Amino acid sequence: MIAVRDPRAEALALDFPLLAQPTSRGKRLAYLDSAATSQKPQAVIDALVHYYTHDNANIHRGVYELAERATDAFEGARAKVARFVNAAEPAEIIWTRNTTEAINLVSFSWGLANLGPGDAILTTQLEHHSNLVPWQLLAAKTGAELRFIEVDARGCHVLDDLDEKLRGVKLLALSHVSNTLGTIAPLDLVIPKAHAAGAVVLVDAAQSLPHFAVDVRALDVDFLAGSGHKMCGPTGIGFLYGKRALLDAMPPFLTGGDMIREVGYEHTTFNELPWKFEAGTSNIADAVALGAAVDYLEHVGMDWIAAHERAITAYALERLQPFVARGLQIYGPESIERRSGVISFNFSDIHAHDLASILDTEGVCVRAGHHCTMPLMEKMGWPATARASFYLYTTERDIDQLALALEKAAQVFKVA
Amino acid sequence: MDDFYKEYILDHYRNPRNFGHLDAPTATAEDLNPLCGDKIRFELLVDGDGVVSDVRFSGKGCAISQASASMLSETIKGEKLEDVARFSQDRVLENVGIGISPARMKCAMLGLKVVKSAALGEIARWPDEELSH
Repeated sequence: MIAVRDPRAEALALDFPLLAQPTSRGKRLAYLDSAATSQKPQAVIDALVHYYTHDNANIHRGVYELAERATDAFEGARAKVARFVNAAEPAEIIWTRNTTEAINLVSFSWGLANLGPGDAILTTQLEHHSNLVPWQLLAAKTGAELRFIEVDARGCHVLDDLDEKLRGVKLLALSHVSNTLGTIAPLDLVIPKAHAAGAVVLVDAAQSLPHFAVDVRALDVDFLAGSGHKMCGPTGIGFLYGKRALLDAMPPFLTGGDMIREVGYEHTTFNELPWKFEAGTSNIADAVALGAAVDYLEHVGMDWIAAHERAITAYALERLQPFVARGLQIYGPESIERRSGVISFNFSDIHAHDLASILDTEGVCVRAGHHCTMPLMEKMGWPATARASFYLYTTERDIDQLALALEKAAQVFKVA
Repeated sequence: MDDFYKEYILDHYRNPRNFGHLDAPTATAEDLNPLCGDKIRFELLVDGDGVVSDVRFSGKGCAISQASASMLSETIKGEKLEDVARFSQDRVLENVGIGISPARMKCAMLGLKVVKSAALGEIARWPDEELSH
């Protein structure tokens, strides 16, 4: 058995007040659904409360001290996110509600202006609906063709025919990490080829940003979308990173206040980056709290988080192994090097929803269903899977509790 | 919730009654629960007196949706189609006999929704008071 009883993870879990809360049945909570949303450390909750208690005012045009303080907190958070992903400047970070809105911004603004019949959009068979549906609609609107990088039975990208697939591609949009299978995309291989073929590359980083260091300039990615709530931040705040040259050339997406420079009755000139894309009063408080989340993650250390999650994933795979002989199927990449802290599984003939219900009675929170990847589930022939996903606060005890709960499910469903 | 998985529920899940298809059904309907991907199809044979004389259901899903549909298929056989169209959620809850958590009500009610849709000839909608989630 791999020893991963890491005192630091146990200590970090104490930063998350929700994790100390027992279930209504009096069970210890084993929260294994961080791929859906992460729990929040006290520092982030405090930042929200502090903002509303001390700094709340509308930003950018206020001339009084309070408004300046709110603006500084808001723009300071943008600078933190820019540094976190190693953007060249804060203006390359556009606040959105979430990853989905960031992807839609690119689809509506860049996509409608740059795609037409004869062009192609390339994505993969792994994508979350948020990185698929916008491209389906964009293809339908522009007459562009939508193509897919295929994945094998373990959910790994098949790249043999990549050069051929890239022919005529104007946009490659792919997730960094699969939310369903944990597959890590080989971006270092794919992005240079896409650029060589003349494509712009968008990376859905919702499942990577929280878990390991992501450097937009090292990756040379053109657009990158992320959600605050999966990386210890609040819900309702996310962002789009874009290279300045691309963002400057793009028309606005949503229009109205704050995104303008000068407005007449007939004509408007638009604000500069990043505000050109931020119409209306932004989600100031949640942006500020996301800044606090970035501080927290940097304090913990992204490299430590990555190493911890790898150890926890390896431990979980080992703890689940004895159930394989009793009908447990584990999906996703076999190599731990190619997967993030996500394990999708099914157990004997127990439907994933029934499994999740029984695990819930033991205090274990896992997700069950199609994980917003219906085409992938259809391709793989899985009606549903259960999914356990890990984070910096996941401990060996959580995994042991999962294994015990699986034993309970085996008893209830009389799995030999 | 773990109390739900009684012997008879698991029996209906693993050995569903009236499972399969009819050669010439009078009324059919199918639906899915996009939340979990559960899918159910009901095929009814209605005789000249408006009575459900035979029934088959098909589909796949969790124990709750499949066992509920299986038990429902037994319940409606011999019932008048117009009565089936008026079945309430309580009929299903009586069948399964045990309380169902709010998160799983949609699973339990999927079969009923499909049966009522088949009987009505249009998509069944719950009265407001039953739309609790």
